[in-house]
Amino acid sequence: MGKTFKKPEALSDAHTHYCPGCTHGVIHRLVAETIDELGIRGRTVGIAPVGCAVLAYNYFNCDFQEAAHGRAPAMATGIKRVRPDLMVFTYQGDGDLASIGMGEIIHAANRGEKFTTIFVNNAIYGMTGGQMAPTTMPDQRTSTSPFGRKVEEVGMPIKMAELLAALQTPAYISRQTVIKPKYITKAKKAIKQAFTYQLENKCFSLVEVVSTCPTNWGMTPVQAVEWTEKTLLAYYQPGDYKVPA
Amino acid sequence: MAKVLMKGNEAIGEAAIRAGCLNYFAYPITPQSEVAEYLVRRLPEVGGVFLQGESEVAVGYMIFGAAGAGVRVFTTSSSPGISLMSEAISYIAAAQCPAVFVNIMRGGPGLGGILPSQADYLQATKGIGHGDCRLLVMAPASVQEAVEMVMKAFPLAEKYRNPVMILGDGLIGQMMEPVEFPDQLKTEPSNKDAWATNGMDHRKSKTRNLVKSLFLDPVQLNDNNLALKAKYDRMRAEEVMSESYNTDGDYKGLIVSYGTMSRVCRTAIDMLKTEGIDVGMIRPQTVFPFPEKAVAEAAMKPSCMHVLSIEMSMGQMIEDVERSVKGRIPVSWYGKCGGDIPTPEEVIDVVRERIA
Repeated sequence: MGKTFKKPEALSDAHTHYCPGCTHGVIHRLVAETIDELGIRGRTVGIAPVGCAVLAYNYFNCDFQEAAHGRAPAMATGIKRVRPDLMVFTYQGDGDLASIGMGEIIHAANRGEKFTTIFVNNAIYGMTGGQMAPTTMPDQRTSTSPFGRKVEEVGMPIKMAELLAALQTPAYISRQTVIKPKYITKAKKAIKQAFTYQLENKCFSLVEVVSTCPTNWGMTPVQAVEWTEKTLLAYYQPGDYKVPA
Repeated sequence: MAKVLMKGNEAIGEAAIRAGCLNYFAYPITPQSEVAEYLVRRLPEVGGVFLQGESEVAVGYMIFGAAGAGVRVFTTSSSPGISLMSEAISYIAAAQCPAVFVNIMRGGPGLGGILPSQADYLQATKGIGHGDCRLLVMAPASVQEAVEMVMKAFPLAEKYRNPVMILGDGLIGQMMEPVEFPDQLKTEPSNKDAWATNGMDHRKSKTRNLVKSLFLDPVQLNDNNLALKAKYDRMRAEEVMSESYNTDGDYKGLIVSYGTMSRVCRTAIDMLKTEGIDVGMIRPQTVFPFPEKAVAEAAMKPSCMHVLSIEMSMGQMIEDVERSVKGRIPVSWYGKCGGDIPTPEEVIDVVRERIA
């Protein structure tokens, strides 16, 4: 019997810089498997964000552009509008997409741009060293909310999937997580569905993936998984929020 | 093609199409919204792409994405909008992608006003975006020249893989003049497979391309900046354009002026000549690279006692004029920057006071 589990072609051989217990690696793999399975690597362009995944182009093996903080959906719009035959995806974190890039993602989704966004939400800024994000939970401690997020001062965490699903333009909006194998299977299905909608030129598609950041949460990887399941998933509930007709 | 009477903004849109650029992203702002209003009807006729973005910030990155994918692409805006796009311009220059930006300048700072101005000179030539980035900047003085410069801009952007800017004042965009369009250019950049993210399947090499501006390694970042500097030095050596007026014989003073302002100065020079007062003029057509040599040589004519930098700003180009003259003779500034264009009579008064 031959080898049945191997590295997707859409992933490079590079070692990632991600921390132990971080879920970026799993999400990268799910995206890469999808690219392989759909046979689209030769016409795929990824857009790297600013944040922990800024170097994603070192780990994916397809054409890539690198955006400024939050601007990936505008760049994806530019590429997809002039080259609709290309498969375009953005890979963005919560500081990137839900804070500085809020305008770009809402308008791209509302125009029904035919690209796919993988939105990695770990409720904190990772690369800049653990600052508060729009997605940080009430009372969650970060380097810029050292006494916990004060809702009366900075509001409640933003639920991006629900917010984008409220737009009237047809789209595929799903929230998943990858903290345990049972969730990973569902997340893979959603990511593949998102890319398939793009392949069919059907609609804008976004999969929010609730993720971990043990380093900046000050937790062990196991504690991070437990906190994600208990706290984050209670607020950021997985499921399909919008499916095109 | 026969001459047609066109508004500057519409002629700029048509010139881009004839340059083979069928991709336009923009955000409305006075005094250049007619470009979008023209292209939204015209581009579908030629199978082009038109999109009104949600902000100039987003438009800057739509341009970046499309340029990175290897197509000809351009946008038009005006001063406050260019400030917002300058973030993307820095990234595009760093990632070495070709794109064309047209700035139909209005008064500033802040919201300023909507009338003609040349107050973005320093921004365009020295301060566009963060980091060591420069644009090749051409400044038209007529609708005809705007058309010709737009059509030159795309091949130049591709030659240098760097953004090129057309720096026109509001009058260039708003006035109607007869214009004759040059022949249609080829539609696509020729060398894009070497760098563009146009999909591996399309390339012989079957290796992937990256469009990026992050260089965490200090040696690599310095190397990238040296590569950019080499391009800017090459622009200085190969792309300088200027026009001289009334510089063949002797003249007591020299005017340096560009765009709409230079046309007023030309009229003033003609009027002064009838009184027996000779004044020469150098009109920069590229403001980066600046025609340092032409200005220096004209200022060094033994009869020339004074150089005037006349601009619709509070004295921005004068820094380049002084740099060119190198203190050999006095240089002074005259200008207005509220949208009210100085008249030939005002220029004549200044010449009489300082030169004649």
